[in-house]
Amino acid sequence: MIRISLALGAIAAVAVVFAAQAASAEDDPKFKDTARLYDTYCAQCHGLNRNGKGVNTVGLSVQPRDHSDAAAMASLPRDQMVRAIRDGGASVNKSALMPPWSSVFTDAQIEQMADYLGHVCKCGKTNQEK
Amino acid sequence: MRPAAILAAALSLFAAGPAAAQGAADLKGQCGGCHALEKPADPTVARLWSRKGPDLWYAGAKFNRDWLVAWLQKPTPIRPGGVLWFAHAKAGEPRDTLDTAGVPPHPAVDAAAAARLADALMALKGDGVVAPGAFKAEGANLTMGKMAFSKLRGCVACHQEKPGEGGLSGPRLYDGGQRLQPDYVLAYTKDPQAFDRFVWMPRLGLSEPDLQRITAYIASLKAGQ
Ligand code: HEC
Ligand code: HEC
Ligand code: HEC
Repeated sequence: MIRISLALGAIAAVAVVFAAQAASAEDDPKFKDTARLYDTYCAQCHGLNRNGKGVNTVGLSVQPRDHSDAAAMASLPRDQMVRAIRDGGASVNKSALMPPWSSVFTDAQIEQMADYLGHVCKCGKTNQEK
Repeated sequence: MRPAAILAAALSLFAAGPAAAQGAADLKGQCGGCHALEKPADPTVARLWSRKGPDLWYAGAKFNRDWLVAWLQKPTPIRPGGVLWFAHAKAGEPRDTLDTAGVPPHPAVDAAAAARLADALMALKGDGVVAPGAFKAEGANLTMGKMAFSKLRGCVACHQEKPGEGGLSGPRLYDGGQRLQPDYVLAYTKDPQAFDRFVWMPRLGLSEPDLQRITAYIASLKAGQ
């Protein structure tokens, strides 16, 4: 009996872990940590599926960038992207609804986030290629 | 002081002592499992994901006691998605939604316990993270405060300023005048990372006049009005 309930417990625990990871579902180990940061900080506006449709868009007059849109994302120069993340939308003449993240991320994490966005849209210029 | 007064004072001290001790013990025993009552030594992103409730180590510098006493007896949702919005979010069209029905209700306590717990919470002063007197009540322009909140500074992206109006990943602010002390509102708006290094409201780099007028606006917000 104890053994069965232990086994059931283990199955339930695995199910919970899967459910918690389903939304970001990042298979590339290189981007796992950054995907988690995206879930924590960016998905509230840019969406669980990175499509610009986060829960907060209900209150937004300017819609967040769709990070899964390859064509639109490919047209964003990498340094503009980095600046927008670090210093906010206003710093690149975009909407101030895109907040600055330098109080939360290190410069290295912001570069990794830019790499990750290139991975998400499958249009990326990595740091080395820029 | 007359002997009777001394006796009365001594008695009330004696009465306050055990009651206060009881409140602190209840807070630790009944609430400490979900709420940090001391400043976390080592905040991390992972801690935010495993937290069962918001931090209360600065509760005494944050809440109005009257609001606490009422809310602890009849809790209503403050964060539409619970302590971690992500845990209750679902992808969808035209946008992601929060499964608010899946957010567990907060435990309620009776009036006597609420008063005791509120006193114990008001004793948690938060290590000087809120500067008393930083908000200057005079002269702030509410219209400009609202404009900054709803348009220019984008607070409404994450906070509701009226029920059903505004973003959902941050605590409701439409009862900010009843729930929160203005000095706390100013301190948090100025530097959220001073309260939690990893919270998902970033420091927005606001000017002092912006901080004053936005705080005045939030302090004017009352639910049911
Ligand atoms: C409060 C909502 C909000 C949050 C949170 C947010 N963004 Fe944005 N973001 C926006 C909006 C709105 C825009 C569109 C700005 C515009 O087009 O004027 C935007 C645009 C962008 C852009 C495009 C900038 C450009 O030059 O067009 C990038 C890149 C971006 N966000 C990355 C991020 C990242 C990375 C995070 C998490 C660290 C994040 N955003 C968090 C709202 C948000
Ligand atoms: C099962 C976990 C749990 C327990 C036990 C619990 N709380 Fe909470 N508490 C929460 C969560 C989750 C929230 C956030 C609710 C919301 O934002 O809507 C919360 C919110 C609060 C708030 C408002 C905090 C804020 O920042 O807005 C106070 C005050 C509070 N709890 C006090 C207490 C007290 C006092 C007790 C003990 C009697 C207690 N809680 C027990 C989980 C818990
Ligand atoms: C990107 C989303 C986001 C933006 C933009 C944002 N906030 Fe916040 N805010 C949050 C989150 C998240 C919290 C705290 C979460 C918690 O305690 O669970 C918070 C907390 C607060 C608090 C403390 C409330 C409480 O109940 O403890 C105040 C006051 C506040 N924000 C004011 C503002 C103001 C003013 C602005 C605009 C200048 C703003 N916020 C912009 C997400 C945001």
